[in-house]
Amino acid sequence: MAAFSAVKIPPPQFTTVRSSSQRPGSSPAHFAHSPSAFNSISFGSAKSVRSRPLFAVSSDVVSSDKTKPASSSAFIVNCDMIWRSRLVHCLVVAVTREVALELYEDMVLGRAFEDMCAQMYYRGKMFGFVHLYNGQEAVSTGFIKLLNQSDKVVSTYRDHVHALSKGVPSREVMAELFGKATGCCRGQGGSMHMFSAAHNVLGGFAFIGEGIPVATGAAFSAKYHHEVLKQSKPEGLDVTLAFFGDGTCNNGQFFECLNMAQLWKLPIIFVVENNLWAIGMSHLRATSDPEIWKKGPAFGMPGVHVDGMDVLKVREVAQEAIARARRGEGPTLVECETYRFRGHSLADPDELRKPDEKAHYAARDPIIALKKYIIEHGLASESELKSIDKKIDDVVEDAVEFADSSPLPPRTQLLENVFADPKGFGIGPDGKYRCEDPLFTQGTAQV
Amino acid sequence: MLGLMRRKLGSGDVPALIGGQVLQRISPATSVLPRFFSSAAKEMTVREALNSALDEEMSADPKVFLMGEEVGEYQGAYKISKGLLEKYGPDRVLDTPITEAGFAGIGVGAAYHGLKPVVEFMTFNFSMQAIDHIINSAAKSNYMSAGQLSVPIVFRGPNGAAAGVGAQHSQCYAAWYAHVPGLKVLSPYSAEDARGLLKAAIRDPDPVVFLENELLYGESFPVSAEVLDSSFCVPIGKAKIEREGKDVTITAFSKMVGFALQAAEILSKEGISAEVINLRSIRPLDRATINASVRKTNRLVTVEEGFPQHGVGAEICMSVVEESFEYLDAPVERIAGADVPMPYAPNLERMAVPQVEDIVRAAKRACYRSVPLAAAA
Repeated sequence: MAAFSAVKIPPPQFTTVRSSSQRPGSSPAHFAHSPSAFNSISFGSAKSVRSRPLFAVSSDVVSSDKTKPASSSAFIVNCDMIWRSRLVHCLVVAVTREVALELYEDMVLGRAFEDMCAQMYYRGKMFGFVHLYNGQEAVSTGFIKLLNQSDKVVSTYRDHVHALSKGVPSREVMAELFGKATGCCRGQGGSMHMFSAAHNVLGGFAFIGEGIPVATGAAFSAKYHHEVLKQSKPEGLDVTLAFFGDGTCNNGQFFECLNMAQLWKLPIIFVVENNLWAIGMSHLRATSDPEIWKKGPAFGMPGVHVDGMDVLKVREVAQEAIARARRGEGPTLVECETYRFRGHSLADPDELRKPDEKAHYAARDPIIALKKYIIEHGLASESELKSIDKKIDDVVEDAVEFADSSPLPPRTQLLENVFADPKGFGIGPDGKYRCEDPLFTQGTAQV
Repeated sequence: MLGLMRRKLGSGDVPALIGGQVLQRISPATSVLPRFFSSAAKEMTVREALNSALDEEMSADPKVFLMGEEVGEYQGAYKISKGLLEKYGPDRVLDTPITEAGFAGIGVGAAYHGLKPVVEFMTFNFSMQAIDHIINSAAKSNYMSAGQLSVPIVFRGPNGAAAGVGAQHSQCYAAWYAHVPGLKVLSPYSAEDARGLLKAAIRDPDPVVFLENELLYGESFPVSAEVLDSSFCVPIGKAKIEREGKDVTITAFSKMVGFALQAAEILSKEGISAEVINLRSIRPLDRATINASVRKTNRLVTVEEGFPQHGVGAEICMSVVEESFEYLDAPVERIAGADVPMPYAPNLERMAVPQVEDIVRAAKRACYRSVPLAAAA
């Protein structure tokens, strides 16, 4: 893999970058036009030009000139036009009706579920730290719906929707949030620690950056199974997705793992959900170089930036990155520009973000955008989409009822699951010390 | 010739007038003697014990792999993993960059999927850079996921003070890791401990913190044929009574066991019969053995190398107070390292770590013999 040098980014061109009719090779829509580009790596090259985020400036403005928009109000109007033109010109990839409806349903599930979480929190059914994913659904759906069951997902504390997209039933996630024994972790994990071995959701980590090495390890185990244990699969290596935010990209563990993943060519995709804010710390105030995708080429892996409010664009980039990883070509760093419509958590008053920034991104709501796309391309009718909405509402209501009626964990559960040993302390089910069983290690010991 | 033979006999329990050939057969072994003679005590260093344990476990189970700094081409920073790279290849013996947080987390992620990583920290002081993963991802995962994801990982490396390495390279982490539910913390003393505990740790389905000691690596211990067998394991959570006694119980782990045994020897000449317990397992602590011993002797001295406050000795004392209070005839004596970061100067370092004299004095205090309380400087 050739090393990618950092690319010099020309000053932002708001109106021209996104519409491919003017610059055919200039945006991620490039992939749409030339499918053969899938084989050559064009990520991280001069062609991936993008405008830098204009907002994400706190109320006491501490930013340099290059981040200030020329005129913010005019920009909003332009963005609407860009969005519409982008829809028509850029998304030429044929998406089938089934796929489109699957994506729509998944995003609506994520949104409805998170809205219900907010309601339940304010009613006291949910407690502690709850971090909602509203607005970022395109990233989760765009990536996770391309995975197989044996592919792995590692996330942060904002993990409800990642678990749902991967297939964990919403009943189990809701029950876990209520702290009931029927939750996916029997009430022992909570909002920030969603684990599901059956669906290969490996958490749910509260410390930012903590999931990245664990994800790298899961990718390592996929490669180890293939190369050392010779348990190969016809479709290729199992891929791991690590989701994390913009704040994490300044953390040491992130860089350590970029290095090791590329060094050992691990099948992992580092997905940055850059929603421009880390609680109340603006990404621009915290980061020396805010363009996160550039950190990939610094370690020798491709770095891509994609519009994270557009599920079809995310899906395209995801397809390419996942295919690379499966073939054993190594990791990719994908920066998704997205936004969270709510505060950092339900306890966050969210006072530092400007209303016009919020309005700008609210206008780019991924669900509304996909709905428009579906209708404009005649993939489904309005009423069909409405019936999906209704169906999801029923699913979420049912999840709440299930969680409500589930029992709290019994007292005896407090001391369970500390160790994988059923009796703890190295004692197996037959009451004898495990290590004394001569069959304990099955293998070919030739000493 | 005869003079030479007499010197070889040493302890004098074999008659002096024996032909040279017979003497050779009885003398403590070398590799000349076949292993299956139970009378032959083979000697093995702790380093060899650890190396052979790793070798055997890696050959028995292809899912076991070793990861750490300098474990491969350098043959191990302390030569514990000597020869493993040639034998198993770079896929199973991985030299990592200097990224403790990164590779400890990678080990945990690999362990989620049934692999059995052995993560080496060059010293446990460096584990502080990875402690988030040892505790938050490894120890707590089985609980947080309600049993769905277990972490069969071993974190090993030298712990505690070496010789003259200064404050940042000399801390003992037994108390820190033993504090956390979800971890098993082991600390071997002899070669038999090292071999048996490391094999048990690698086979264990839970995260194990394996605290070795750099100064013990080169020490030789006699090992029986049973220890050399490839399926030999020592149970986790059981202490060993190294020396039986009836007047005072001395608990210790790692290097301090050697000091405690020397102290017991000195005490026996003064009429105090000390029982020395080698803890082997800090978490879970073998409270049963400790309490049974205290109920027999009625006096307790705990010895550890680490800092005194909130240390292992404090926990042992509390366990005895909870379960065997009526049996105590004297307050529990706690011997620990000095409550200061480890100094560099050799005389200060000597004062900062427990010595045999400290243990002897503490045992005498526990037996109500009059001794000065503090060591003269």
